[in-house]
Amino acid sequence: MSLLHKNNESYLPKRRRRFNFKNWRRNWYKFSRNPLPVLGLVLVILIILLAILAPWVAPYPQHAGKFINLKERFQPPSAAHWCGTDAMGRDILSRILFGYRISLLLGIVVLSISVPIGLTFGLLGGYYKDTFVETVCMRITDIFLAVPPLILAMAVASVLKPSLQNSMLAISLMWWPWYSRLIYGVVSGVRNEFFVQSAEVIGASRLHILLRELLPQTISPLFTKITLDMGFAILVGASLSFVGLGAQPPTPDLGTMVSEGSKFLPEQWWMSVFPALAIVLVVLAFNFVGDGLRDLFSLEQV
Amino acid sequence: MEILLEVRDLFTSYGIYEGRLKVLDGVNLAVPLGEKIGLVGETGCGKTTTMKSILRILPPGGRVDSGQILFKGRDLLKASGGEIQGIYGSGISMIFQDPTAALDPVFTVGDQLVAVIRYGSRVPMSLREARERAVAALKEVQMPDPKRILSNYPVQLSGGMRQRVCIAMALATEPELLIADEPTTSLDVTIQAQILRLLYFLVGRRNTSVIFITHSLGVVREMADKVNVMYAGTIVECGSTEEIFSHPLHPYTIDLLAAMPRLSGGGLEERVPGRIPDYLNLPVGCRFQPRCVKAQLRCSLEKPKLTEVRPGHYVACFLED
Amino acid sequence: MRFLKFIGTRLLQGIMVLVGLSLVIFIIARVVPGDPARLALGSIASEEQVAEFRTKMGLDKPIYTQYWLWLQHAVQGDLGMSLVTRRPVVQDIIQFFPATLELCLMSLVFEGVLGILLGVIAGRFANSWVDNAIRVLSYIGVVTPPFVFGILFMLFFGYLLHWLPSIGQLSPGIIGPPRITGLIVFDSMINGNFTAARDAFLHLLLPALSLAMGGLAQDARITRSSIVDNTGKDYISALKSCGVPSGLIMFKYLLKPSLIPTVSVMGLSFAYTFSNAFLLEAIYGWPGMSRYGMNAILNKDLNAMVGVVMVLGVIFVLVNLLVDIIITYLDPRIRLRTQ
Repeated sequence: MSLLHKNNESYLPKRRRRFNFKNWRRNWYKFSRNPLPVLGLVLVILIILLAILAPWVAPYPQHAGKFINLKERFQPPSAAHWCGTDAMGRDILSRILFGYRISLLLGIVVLSISVPIGLTFGLLGGYYKDTFVETVCMRITDIFLAVPPLILAMAVASVLKPSLQNSMLAISLMWWPWYSRLIYGVVSGVRNEFFVQSAEVIGASRLHILLRELLPQTISPLFTKITLDMGFAILVGASLSFVGLGAQPPTPDLGTMVSEGSKFLPEQWWMSVFPALAIVLVVLAFNFVGDGLRDLFSLEQV
Repeated sequence: MEILLEVRDLFTSYGIYEGRLKVLDGVNLAVPLGEKIGLVGETGCGKTTTMKSILRILPPGGRVDSGQILFKGRDLLKASGGEIQGIYGSGISMIFQDPTAALDPVFTVGDQLVAVIRYGSRVPMSLREARERAVAALKEVQMPDPKRILSNYPVQLSGGMRQRVCIAMALATEPELLIADEPTTSLDVTIQAQILRLLYFLVGRRNTSVIFITHSLGVVREMADKVNVMYAGTIVECGSTEEIFSHPLHPYTIDLLAAMPRLSGGGLEERVPGRIPDYLNLPVGCRFQPRCVKAQLRCSLEKPKLTEVRPGHYVACFLED
Repeated sequence: MRFLKFIGTRLLQGIMVLVGLSLVIFIIARVVPGDPARLALGSIASEEQVAEFRTKMGLDKPIYTQYWLWLQHAVQGDLGMSLVTRRPVVQDIIQFFPATLELCLMSLVFEGVLGILLGVIAGRFANSWVDNAIRVLSYIGVVTPPFVFGILFMLFFGYLLHWLPSIGQLSPGIIGPPRITGLIVFDSMINGNFTAARDAFLHLLLPALSLAMGGLAQDARITRSSIVDNTGKDYISALKSCGVPSGLIMFKYLLKPSLIPTVSVMGLSFAYTFSNAFLLEAIYGWPGMSRYGMNAILNKDLNAMVGVVMVLGVIFVLVNLLVDIIITYLDPRIRLRTQ
């Protein structure tokens, strides 16, 4: 038949099988085979909506700021206050909703900083494998990875005055090397395949190769990780604010609320438990969605 | 003649998201005692699935829908787990296509071989005895320095050597039936002939029955007494090797033979046109019909059954009526 | 010989990483808006005292000189003085480190044993209700912050059920053992002081379990998927079809290759365990190094901070090395490829 075909296989260089974004029905089927990712997606959307609409949806929006009503303090959960009130008499449910704003913002900012940095290091390190560029990129990555993660975040966040912005910065600093490693792994694996070499031979610019050939190969694991990381960044953020290094009072932050509430255990249990559950819920939701994405992107047939 | 293994009307399917892949469409196979049966067919026609159904090692999602698999008169599909366990090794054993994947990479070759011999043979034996037998088995498959090989890991051996180990593993338990699933396909061409010759010699010596799976007609001619031609989940023709090669009757078999490259210069340009069917959307009637040049109206309505057309020669085709 | 070379290379890389780490931390530590000398002495001290303190601590020299001085001292084992406790940092660390080590080791045991066990069960009965139940537990373990577990366990097992003690390492009234390694349970047992050993062990259970939950969940997940992957591999079918009994296949030929990714991850997460320990030391009043480090950070006790981070860094490097060695032992392909 033709010299370029044998047994129905083409000898022309082909890109590694790539995920097909356009086939919506099949993608949705794969995603929804397990009910959990769908549940997660619903929860994520719900939480995002609640966070955005907090000023209008929360029963006591003014409690999210400076507010003291000592008559109402330490109220257990009731019809008026679904999650009870805290030491200052503030409604915990409202503060949780506003706290979600902070948490989601933190996740977005941290990822917006660490993903581009990690991508750059990873792409360069993976493409220029076995050169000086790779050594530099990956050694720097290793150093930042070697720093005990929370300690770095804590050190940075404390050295600069404890605040939400600084804790976001600190977490980003500790987060980006994971992306670098991930991208490096994908790129260095794919780097020597035919389609890359053909692009080089043709004379495509380095930038083109990096962005148009290699980058798309990373999309699947990247997306999955980003989704999962939204949850984990929120978790780390909560740990930081648990020790006082995040948003400062009176700004409502889920971790801070757990910490403040823990002083009043076990009698006023609702002060810690509800914010803690709120944290667990949002991390769980992102986790479910991330797992669904992982199933979605996997290239298995059955 | 005593029949060692008989497969009757076997239907097997795999479940995937789009539906069920009805791969095996009534497979009928018989292995008489002491004979070597060839199973020929292109990739995807269900040869390995049949074997996995026999040995009950179908992957998750695979399921035998109906049929009988009679080994020495007992239906394996109705047998208990314990009975099946008893059959492994001393009754039936298998050589896999890719020797690299068929050996556990984190254990030495000796560890695996000794375990197989110790537990898979008909009689229980001690560790020392099993080890001695392992050395003897490796010698039989012509491995140099068997004692050293025992302490090697699969990654340290070449492809041909790994396949010899797999052959040793399969034969050391003295099985009554050996299933060899394309044992040379993943090897170098130069090694292939060696391995085939070795296999032929070993099963001859023990008078083991063999099901020899391959997609190469040349190999089948060398190795098998009888040939079963398989297409899209069903046996379309079967008979003795001589008979099939001299008087092929089914259109598929004829095409296969024509496509064989020959020393005299024929065959390279011929291909069997078309592809194997989509197992999700199967045609009603004969599964070969879409590719058959001699197809009639009847072929797209009914499924032909294996009928004896010449002595010992069965075909599933309406042309023979 | 090749093996030693392998270790040697890794150690060298580890040292480079530690040097880089020390640079990063030192720079962060010294870029302080605010005066560490003033902070240490408080607002009562006079200007001269502050100035004198500053000179004594060498805080007035330029950064690179400070770093060089620090490095010189550090390789000799002198990590400077803690601004808060006024003792050598090394001494502080020696005092507090064993408690954290004990906590993290126990946590590792929990995490490994329970995690792998659950993972194997889930993998063996894949897609059954057992598997799904374990999967749910894994989720919960992964998404819940360690401090939430700490609080929950304390509430539940400590206050509600009164099964286990909550605060500190030993109950009041129990005399601790003379300090040999600093690991109280170990020291007590060596001394034959079994009441103290038992008491200390009980105190260790809750914080260690809380700490282990995250890693446990992760290990279970990875082990499970590893087992599921490997069950479908040809060599399992081959061994089975040649007659090897399924019990042997399950617990030997399937288990060993499946553990490789798990061990890898466990090593990585050990660093996280040490980091998360500070959260639990705060809740349970555990006198450990992480809490010391946290106080150092909150009080801007720079020497102590750097010291703690470096110790953690060393542990991280050593653990990674250990994990690499174990994996090389588990997977001969890696070992033989380097030949």
